[in-house]
Amino acid sequence: MNSRKQTHIVVVGNGMVGYKFCEKLIDKEETQNFKVTVFGEEPRPAYDRVQLSSYFADADEKDLQLAPPEWYAEQGIELFTGELIVDLDRENKTITSQKGRTVSYDKLVLATGSSAFVPPIDGVEKDGVFVYRTIEDLEAITSYASGARKAAVIGGGLLGLEAAKSAMDLGLETSVIEFATRLMPKQLDDIGAQALKAALEELDLEILLNKNTTQIGGNSVPEYLNFADGDRLDADMVIVSAGIRPRDELAKKTDLGVGERGGIIVNDRMETNDPDIYAIGESALHKGMIYGLVAPGYEMADVLVENLTGGDAAFTEFDMSTKLKLVGVDVASFGDAFGETEENSKKVIIDNKAKGVYKRINVSEDGDRLLGGMLVGDADDYNMLLQIAQNGFSLPPDPVDLIIGDRDEESGAGQKVYDFPDDSIICSCESVTKGDICLVIEDEGKEDIDSIKKCTKAGTGCSGCVPMLDDLLTQSMEARGKEVRKVICEHFDYTRQELFDIIKVRELHTFDELLDEVGKGHGCEKCKPAVASLLASAFNEHVLEDRDTIQDTNDRFLANIQRGGTYSVIPRVPGGEITPDKLITIGEVAKKYGLYTKVTGGQRINMMGARVDQLPDIWEELIEAGFESGHAYGKALRTVKSCVGSVWCRYGLHESVSFAIEIEERYRGLRAPHKLKGGVSGCVRECAEAQAKDFGIIATEEGWNLYVCGNGGTNPQHAKLLATDLDEKTLVKYLDRFLMFYIKTAEHLNRTSTWLNKMEGGLDYLKKVVVEDSLGIGEELEQEMQQLINVYACEWKEVVNNPELRKRFQHFVNSEDVDPSVKFKDYRKQSVPAAQGWKDEG
Amino acid sequence: MEAEQEVKNWFKAAKVEDFPKNGGACIKYKDKQIAVFNFTRRNEWFACQNMCPHKKEMALARGMIGESQGEPKVACPFHKKAFSLQTGENIDGEDYEVVTYPVKIEGGYVYVGLS
Ligand code: SRM
Ligand SMILES: Cc1cc2nc3c(=O)[nH]c(=O)nc-3n(C[C@H](O)[C@H](O)[C@H](O)COP(=O)(O)OP(=O)(O)OC[C@H]3O[C@@H](n4cnc5c(N)ncnc54)[C@H](O)[C@@H]3O)c2cc1C
Ligand code: SF4
Ligand code: FES
Repeated sequence: MNSRKQTHIVVVGNGMVGYKFCEKLIDKEETQNFKVTVFGEEPRPAYDRVQLSSYFADADEKDLQLAPPEWYAEQGIELFTGELIVDLDRENKTITSQKGRTVSYDKLVLATGSSAFVPPIDGVEKDGVFVYRTIEDLEAITSYASGARKAAVIGGGLLGLEAAKSAMDLGLETSVIEFATRLMPKQLDDIGAQALKAALEELDLEILLNKNTTQIGGNSVPEYLNFADGDRLDADMVIVSAGIRPRDELAKKTDLGVGERGGIIVNDRMETNDPDIYAIGESALHKGMIYGLVAPGYEMADVLVENLTGGDAAFTEFDMSTKLKLVGVDVASFGDAFGETEENSKKVIIDNKAKGVYKRINVSEDGDRLLGGMLVGDADDYNMLLQIAQNGFSLPPDPVDLIIGDRDEESGAGQKVYDFPDDSIICSCESVTKGDICLVIEDEGKEDIDSIKKCTKAGTGCSGCVPMLDDLLTQSMEARGKEVRKVICEHFDYTRQELFDIIKVRELHTFDELLDEVGKGHGCEKCKPAVASLLASAFNEHVLEDRDTIQDTNDRFLANIQRGGTYSVIPRVPGGEITPDKLITIGEVAKKYGLYTKVTGGQRINMMGARVDQLPDIWEELIEAGFESGHAYGKALRTVKSCVGSVWCRYGLHESVSFAIEIEERYRGLRAPHKLKGGVSGCVRECAEAQAKDFGIIATEEGWNLYVCGNGGTNPQHAKLLATDLDEKTLVKYLDRFLMFYIKTAEHLNRTSTWLNKMEGGLDYLKKVVVEDSLGIGEELEQEMQQLINVYACEWKEVVNNPELRKRFQHFVNSEDVDPSVKFKDYRKQSVPAAQGWKDEG
Repeated sequence: MEAEQEVKNWFKAAKVEDFPKNGGACIKYKDKQIAVFNFTRRNEWFACQNMCPHKKEMALARGMIGESQGEPKVACPFHKKAFSLQTGENIDGEDYEVVTYPVKIEGGYVYVGLS
């Protein structure tokens, strides 16, 4: 344009690495020196491909976006999406897009990534055969899956397994077909792969090894697969995930150097054999290697930005450590997983078939350094081991200590993140070091994870390092003698326990009173429900009197909100025992209101799809028939599951059903920091799964054993034995104490297991408090519990009988109309929400 | 906030006492659903679209109101995305936004400004 000409950089490919290049360039350079133009083939700006599978689960398209379209404009970057570059003229230094647009460049960056490799199998061109790489691929898979039953995934590598999990989540019976003799052949050895296979089979994923697919058969769409060995598999949808092929079309056309098996050849500076053309990311071939991971791609982007802005950086070989996401089985491999890089390296193995855990590490001959390894079934120590390998930390005298993984002891391998050297990489996606993070915590005073993420970008990639960030924050605060106070939010400078004491001592019965006395501002969605739960635990008054608007919606409407804005209705069925008449009532009510019914995992029946205005009418009928609230919506006692017990069962020692009913009725409606579940089994066969509950009771010859602090859910944990051979009265006494102690001292939303895990002194201490009454508060706890029990009343009954409360269950305040946006469709002879939002746009 | 005089169409929605204190309720205007909030503690009223832009759920009226650094906000009951009741922007800087409407109280009635 003018004499001080800007360098025009054209980037082909707006994927993860192409985007990262732009971001790093902008961060680095006065933008006026450069003009940047980006072309991307996909219809939208770059998104987080690594998190693509979560698109199925929860995230929507926008959550995946790496930066919104405006960002490019704000940075002065011209972005053309939906525009494939089809021609490169190296002589005249121009590129041309499919739409016929020609643009000249000074420097050209090829960040074209790769495409899924589709082997030339007979029948792959059929509708119903997909690859797994872009949002469009996933959308096509989702919509096709609704009419399919059985999926076959060709390829048992990292990506294939991720795709298989997604197919399962779409409700399809799924098989994975692997050509090699084991799963994830690049990351796992034979034993590791076997452990993985066993674990996946547990999840109902079928795994077929040694299978060479020769044909996808069927009339126009897939119906079955044929294999070279003569076997055949039924499948009406196929996902091919047999590897990737670098997108080097432009390079090939113009004699840029490409590898024999594809990939644009680059040197350490990311230069191709044309001095003005560079390649980065999955399309680049560096020392014979295509890096199919995002971290090395980001590193390449960094190196290139350095070199284009006058620096001199080199890309050297990069760590290929990976952790498998989302599959339901922990799998990770890191560093030199197979112990191939050094002679005489030694392997240390734990192979626990009973638990489905396989861990292998490779250490140097002298036993001083960790080279790498693989973890299957339990990858909790992955981050720690990766750090040790990457930073060359010295090892314990017996390296097996690194992988024994005693969860109750100090974290992982016994190393504290805070003691790592400053230059150790904590977030490998964004190359953020421990030093960078500590700077932000200690010098800039950022003391919450969100701010740390914002300031350093750590944890914003695969998010695998977030637990470490958390540890680092806590340890750094502790090291500086700062109390790590888990205050609820900006409105209260107190912990949950402190607030509980304040509420009780000063007898504050409303949120406003508490806020005025000890808080600031006007509250938020964090402190309001926390205080609501405290008030309920302190006084057990009706949760809607004066406090409906500080309750989470589930508590405010005494029902769980569901997709489409309808609610579910779950009446209490203590111990799972229910009369035929009551069953009939449930059937009749559900039929009358068109509700979907399902037997829950908690031994009772859920009626789903009620509009908010229908809730009081439905409950009126249920209460009439003798039901009461099941508190399925509250952080409260849910169910006390029971087995059938000695009345019927030939092994039963005592009457588990009666005891379960007694316990459930005793604690019904009890509000707590998180939900509470119990179980009572009539003998050690444990059909009520009591050891997976917050409190579990199991009959013995002599009486009952009491277990506490177990749960299923996100992080399952077995309950621990608190006391043995108790009579019923003593057991109830201990339970009163245990539950009240939990209610008074746990943080908001900590289950009993988490509470115990954090408790100093652990189970021994808990035993002392509950069984030996070492604090001398036993009687007080029992009395407090008795007060709560005395004032219990069914919340729904009160709503049904109170016209003022009933009025709040209307959708509109200015109209009797019901919510017109609630829509249903038929589904296996019942009605379910018709998809709304982004899901039905496709 | 929007200058009141610019509003031409004030819709008389409902009585003040129809709205819960420090909470919201939904009103219907033709085919529109609008969430109206009675922020008693600040002695202010706010209104915004009832549909949450995240998963397109008709839900914001059932959300919880509060403050973030002094900025009044509503958090969606579904996944807790929170929006400023003043600007409609997502509080965490995410790329979602809701339309807000001016509110006035006259003679015990709540009016929402629609244009
Ligand atoms: C209905 C039900 C599934 C079913 O159809 O079987 C269910 C449904 C929901 N569960 Fe559950 N859970 C149900 C049994 C379970 C069980 C099994 C059990 O109780 O034996 C577990 C594992 C056991 C445990 O909790 O220890 C379970 C672990 C969870 C968790 C994870 C808790 C954890 O500590 O990790 C959540 C999330 C939470 O509570 O934060 C959850 C949350 C939910 C929510 C409330 C999610 C939500 O906010 O919408 C679901 C509400 C559905 C609704 O509208 O009612 N649900 N949920 C089951 C109701 C049982 C009942 O009768 O009340
Ligand atoms: C489902 C899935 C899960 C994954 N999980 C992980 C993981 O857990 N960890 C990990 O490290 N990696 C993972 N990866 C790999 C990771 O996504 C890639 O390494 C990364 O996206 C590579 O970035 P890139 O920019 O080189 O390529 P891409 O992200 O593929 O971007 C290239 C872009 O260039 C465009 N393009 C190509 N040719 C042209 C042209 N001629 N003109 C215009 N545009 C063009 C393409 O359409 C594409 O948008 C996963 C990949 C997938 C598909
Ligand atoms: S019912 Fe429970 S496990 Fe099932 S989707 Fe809902 S929260 Fe998840
Ligand atoms: S629908 Fe509102 S936050 Fe998800």
